[in-house]
Amino acid sequence: MTRLPVDRSAAPPLGPVPAFTFPGIERHVLPNGLKVRTVEHTSAPVLTLVVQVEGGSGADPAPQEGLASLVADLVDEGTGSLSAIEVSDALARIGGDYDVDTGPDAITFSLTTLARFADRGAGLMAGLLTRPSLRESDFTRIRQLRIDRLRQIKDIASAVAERAFLRLLYGRHPYGHAPLGNEEALRALTLEDATAFHTGMFRPSQSTVVLAGGMRHAELLAVAERAFGGWTEPASQPPARTPASSIPAEPTSRRIALVHREAAAQSELRIGHLAASRRTPDYAPLLMMNAILGGQFTSRVNMKLREEKAYTYGARTSFDWKRGLAPFALSTSVHTASTAAAIADASAEIEDIRGGRPVTEGELMHAKAALTRGYPAGFETAAQVARAVSQLALYDLPDTYFSDFVPTVSAVTAADVTRVAAQYLDPGRLTALVVGDAQVVAESLRTLSFGDPLEMPVQM
Amino acid sequence: MTLDRAPVLDLPYTKRTLDNGLDVIAHEDHHVPIVAVNLWYHVGSKNEQPGRTGFAHLFEHLMFEGGEHQKAGYFAPIQAAGGQLNGSTNADRTNYWEVVPTNAVDLALWMESDRMAFLLPALTKERFETQRDVVLNERRQNYENRPYGLALMALVAALFPPQHPYNWMTIGSADDIKAMEFEDVREFFRTYYRPANASLVLAGDLATDRAFDLAERYFGDIPSGVKPAAVTAATTLEGEKRLLLEDRVERPRIYMAWLTPAMYAPGDAELDLVGDLLANGKTARLYKTLVYDRRVALDVSAAQQSREVAGYFVLAVTAAPGAALADLAAAVDDEIVRLVAGGPTSAEMERAEASAEANFVYHLQTVGGFDGKSDQLNAYNVYRGDPGFFARDLDRYRQATPESVRDAARQYLRPDRRVVLSVVPRGRAADALPGSEPVSVS
Repeated sequence: MTRLPVDRSAAPPLGPVPAFTFPGIERHVLPNGLKVRTVEHTSAPVLTLVVQVEGGSGADPAPQEGLASLVADLVDEGTGSLSAIEVSDALARIGGDYDVDTGPDAITFSLTTLARFADRGAGLMAGLLTRPSLRESDFTRIRQLRIDRLRQIKDIASAVAERAFLRLLYGRHPYGHAPLGNEEALRALTLEDATAFHTGMFRPSQSTVVLAGGMRHAELLAVAERAFGGWTEPASQPPARTPASSIPAEPTSRRIALVHREAAAQSELRIGHLAASRRTPDYAPLLMMNAILGGQFTSRVNMKLREEKAYTYGARTSFDWKRGLAPFALSTSVHTASTAAAIADASAEIEDIRGGRPVTEGELMHAKAALTRGYPAGFETAAQVARAVSQLALYDLPDTYFSDFVPTVSAVTAADVTRVAAQYLDPGRLTALVVGDAQVVAESLRTLSFGDPLEMPVQM
Repeated sequence: MTLDRAPVLDLPYTKRTLDNGLDVIAHEDHHVPIVAVNLWYHVGSKNEQPGRTGFAHLFEHLMFEGGEHQKAGYFAPIQAAGGQLNGSTNADRTNYWEVVPTNAVDLALWMESDRMAFLLPALTKERFETQRDVVLNERRQNYENRPYGLALMALVAALFPPQHPYNWMTIGSADDIKAMEFEDVREFFRTYYRPANASLVLAGDLATDRAFDLAERYFGDIPSGVKPAAVTAATTLEGEKRLLLEDRVERPRIYMAWLTPAMYAPGDAELDLVGDLLANGKTARLYKTLVYDRRVALDVSAAQQSREVAGYFVLAVTAAPGAALADLAAAVDDEIVRLVAGGPTSAEMERAEASAEANFVYHLQTVGGFDGKSDQLNAYNVYRGDPGFFARDLDRYRQATPESVRDAARQYLRPDRRVVLSVVPRGRAADALPGSEPVSVS
């Protein structure tokens, strides 16, 4: 074989952008009001079924923090004559990969199974979600496991930080607590509360089923019809939910809170504020802004805090998207001695991207490329596709969203990024949270322009 | 008409070895326009020496600084091309991967080959020192500052004697990491990061002929190097060692660990199934007894750790409030006795087989990343010398019988040859199993 010499002096250029056809989505509505979306995805003989029930932890009635998540966890404890153990057994026999996630706006159930078990899997899911046993003994056991879990995560700095930060930002609004809730609220819950929540929230008119797998649309729809066609809408009205407009106003100045953790080797940090809804028209430029500031390894904050200063193993920023107002935040865990310096450097980066150190064409191109060029890679598995489609349903996005994504992001300019940074980021009202050793860090925090640290207890 | 059919559990590939000893394996999958580049170096923490641990993993960090022709680091060009990348180190191997759009496969190979051939000219003392600090932070975050984060270190230190290559964890000891010298790192690269000690998989939207042309083009002129000798070590464990670790934890937890067969050796797959039937899912025996029925435990886990030189089986139970570790240990012992006496039920075997088949099928869905098809092909090639081991690997699970599973449990999960570690909240040493010796891990 003749060997062509390699030119190592310069990176080889990229070839032409490969063509990719995004999955076609078909929408259906069953007579009972259930929304069904189907996607043909034939790369492996598997089926993923996602059932999204509107509500989530943002629908927890005050003060029942943790109710939605508990109910979500309780439904696979039995249906009909099947006990929890028998449900688990039935799932294992079809190689089922069952998962449930309670988010602020919805509970999302998913099941991946071998395609030849499609009907068995869908039938089992429908039984669990629409006719769960909700037995007292399962309720008390699950509740106790959750209380015990709360006590365990008290030792995990990132979990403590996540919970405290939500409370700082949202106060008593339902977005202000993690789905797991708190011990006091869980102790007060009864089986009747769980049953009432299930009856009120789990209804076909407020749910969406997505099926992606190696079958035709019509067959996927038939699977959904056979499994979920008999689900009936309750006669009662769905319970009212706390509106986003009731989110309490944040302070107009910077503030810093400190959760003490004895002899912590590192300080867990969160720095941010409420910023935007997922449904904002500025989503694309915000995504770009975040990528440049802290959304990828080569972002400004990771380069500063990890690569230049070696304060941390990694630092990132993100929007924790919701249907309502969602936070923008920087998260990292830094060596205790570097706590104040890291907060100062991180805040400076948030300030600078608003115009002080404008986004360069290089950064823009890099972020754009990272967000768009790899986009098709997110559509490899049936589970990826089904989850992506369920997100469209959650945020009221059009079926053309996937094919529009690359052109939309590609059209973002440096000026757009600076504009949304200036509009949505406000260094003057940043909330900083430190979970770390107060005895070591408290004094140094006073030297920052965040005011006196507010000491917070660990809230579980 | 349904497209459903009995799953074809096959992972087709073509393998060639370049003149310099680099194994190259190609696998085509054109569903999505992406290519997985997956490169394994057959070196891990097992190649380290006592007192000099943490090397292989620190080295992985340095590889992301890039080679001589791409000194600005490895992430930016790949991410700019729309690719994803990562790497990981364990006791046996170090892997690096990129998943790139089809049009960036040249770029990924140019960069991978550059850091294989020209890492040292780009490696400065400053870069080394920065990454050493990053690793110390990683260690604080993932081990020292995490509940139960030091337990596995205590277990392997007790299971394996000091000279055994599995006596330490891949992250290494903090003192060893601090004491590393720049020159040692350079020597490590010269010894292990050579074509003769590496295996490259190209999987995805790429014709097989082109895959081999590209591999030859970018890697063919890199000097071969000497393939390092395989690491071997034998060890036995006599008696039961009881240990105690006080940690920043809310609930006491008991760990039990046993020496077991190496990866792919007889008994390895059976012990994997034992782990499932004891602790995976609500139907699992320990879960059902301890968490579901008696409610004395918060969680249970059990798994065979398959490694190249030896295996070990680790079981853990976290105590619910009011439960004593001694009672949990007795309950675990009862379950193991029951399993050794009666073996698994036919229902348990049926579930195990369905799960094994499903796991193999699910792994066929992705070309790249950790555990995708490219990583799997490399595992089979590096550990077995046979990328086509996929079907035989699955057969190990399909051919397991209630008797073979029972026998593996009987032979290896013996109460008189194990390490039992009690992890208790600080100041509560009395909650440990009687007779436990305090250990210090740092």
